[in-house]
Amino acid sequence: MTCDAPTALPTAPAWRPAGPARRSWRTLRVGSSAGVLAAVVVAVLVVPPLVQLDQQAVHLHLKLRPPGLDHPFGTDELGRDLLLRCVHGLRVSLFVGVSAALVAAVLGTAVGTLAATLGGWADRILMRAVDAVASVPHLLLGVFVVALWRPGVLPVLLSIAATHWLSTARIVRAEVLSLRSRPFVDAAISGGASRWRIAVRHLVPGVLPQAGLAAVLSVPHAMWHESALSFLGLGLPTHMASLGNLIEDARGSLLAGQWWPTLFPGLFLVIPTLAVAGLAGAWRERINPRRRSELTL
Amino acid sequence: MRLEIRSVTAGHDRSAPVVRDASLTLASGEAVGLLGPSGCGKSTLARVAALLHRPYSGTVSFDGVPVTGWRHRAPRALRTAVGVVLQQPRLAADPRLTLADLIAEPLRATGRRDEVPVRVRDLAPLVGLTPDLLPRRPHEVSDGQLQRACLARALVLRPRLLICDEMTAMLDASTTAALVSVVETYRRATGATLLAVGHDPVLLARWCDRLVPWSALGAPPAAGDARPRP
Repeated sequence: MTCDAPTALPTAPAWRPAGPARRSWRTLRVGSSAGVLAAVVVAVLVVPPLVQLDQQAVHLHLKLRPPGLDHPFGTDELGRDLLLRCVHGLRVSLFVGVSAALVAAVLGTAVGTLAATLGGWADRILMRAVDAVASVPHLLLGVFVVALWRPGVLPVLLSIAATHWLSTARIVRAEVLSLRSRPFVDAAISGGASRWRIAVRHLVPGVLPQAGLAAVLSVPHAMWHESALSFLGLGLPTHMASLGNLIEDARGSLLAGQWWPTLFPGLFLVIPTLAVAGLAGAWRERINPRRRSELTL
Repeated sequence: MRLEIRSVTAGHDRSAPVVRDASLTLASGEAVGLLGPSGCGKSTLARVAALLHRPYSGTVSFDGVPVTGWRHRAPRALRTAVGVVLQQPRLAADPRLTLADLIAEPLRATGRRDEVPVRVRDLAPLVGLTPDLLPRRPHEVSDGQLQRACLARALVLRPRLLICDEMTAMLDASTTAALVSVVETYRRATGATLLAVGHDPVLLARWCDRLVPWSALGAPPAAGDARPRP
């Protein structure tokens, strides 16, 4: 009889890393996302003021040069350097995206908190208003808002903010409703706190993690929205380098086989989006470990 | 303060209220222990008396003046005249506030910000909280320490009626004794009325002037109707 090893211990199925391996994967994802985002922020904040190159400089004799040493991303149809244009475009898109997401988060938090705190008819009216706005397609409503003013940064910002506060309002309202029935609110009422006091002291701080997460998740969404509006020719003025305008300008040359004027602005849109999604995913798992699927990009 | 509860019916479902036609009178300065099995509705009755739960019918009056509104609809002066200590300190404390802020919150909410340092400094040793605990948040202290802070919060506005809803149910014997002695010290100094709700007859008998079993409150609910609160 041979001396078998005990057969009772089958090897664990390798279907999912567990323990430290899983944690390190998560750490890697957070680290790389944070690194990319930091690089993006440094690039848009530091490069344009430091590098005194004119992104608008036209060199018609250099038009549509493929990527090379002089122009790492190549040049566009007017001979403008694409790397410089992309950084400036990302700067505008990021500014519009972040401020629109902030405005939308503040508006959504205010409406959601108001609806849940007041309850009753106020709640019903506010949430039906949210439903009504949400029933119109975002882009269509955004186009309508943009069309009310002359092209510029502010109308685009307003149109994106006006169409993106709805989900924040719903999330915040649900969270406030659950917080409102906790005994510490009873204790605060007994301590003489007014409705306003309870809202700003106990309820809003309690929903800030969720509202902040919703705001961060809507930054890339708002950037894409800005690009879509600009691509349609309704967003930022065409001379302004935004990622949407760059892609729109490059539409013709793509058919002629020049891929670089489309690819690089597209990558500048996709990579920060993935970085934000990676960070927001880690944040979501941290504040809400059980419900993974609730908030998605 | 004299508390009079007259034929109160209350609950979370109008067709099956947990408290039916309950009546209870507390003379000014009296300590009454309300004794009942779990799920019988004594917490709901305590919340009605603390102006935190609107009854379906019946009247509650303080010093002969009937109450017309509950929760935010009750006048602030009346709400703050009633101090409440709830059963679960974890749920009764805002997780974002430090113990010092927790104790001081009623003072800040009623616009008496300038009294905060003095009152917190006086109350903390009274309920047995050492200064190193005050800057901590609820998750950094034990249940007993948190309940001490909740008791201090209930006492900070000097209530004339104190309602302790199973205040000591989750605590060990020595913490229970300490908290009861804090309440008794406060009552001796101010003559406040006490409604202590609980299920421990030994504790309530030693603590209170008078014990009221749940069945003596009026028409008791039928056995099948007693359902635990969600």
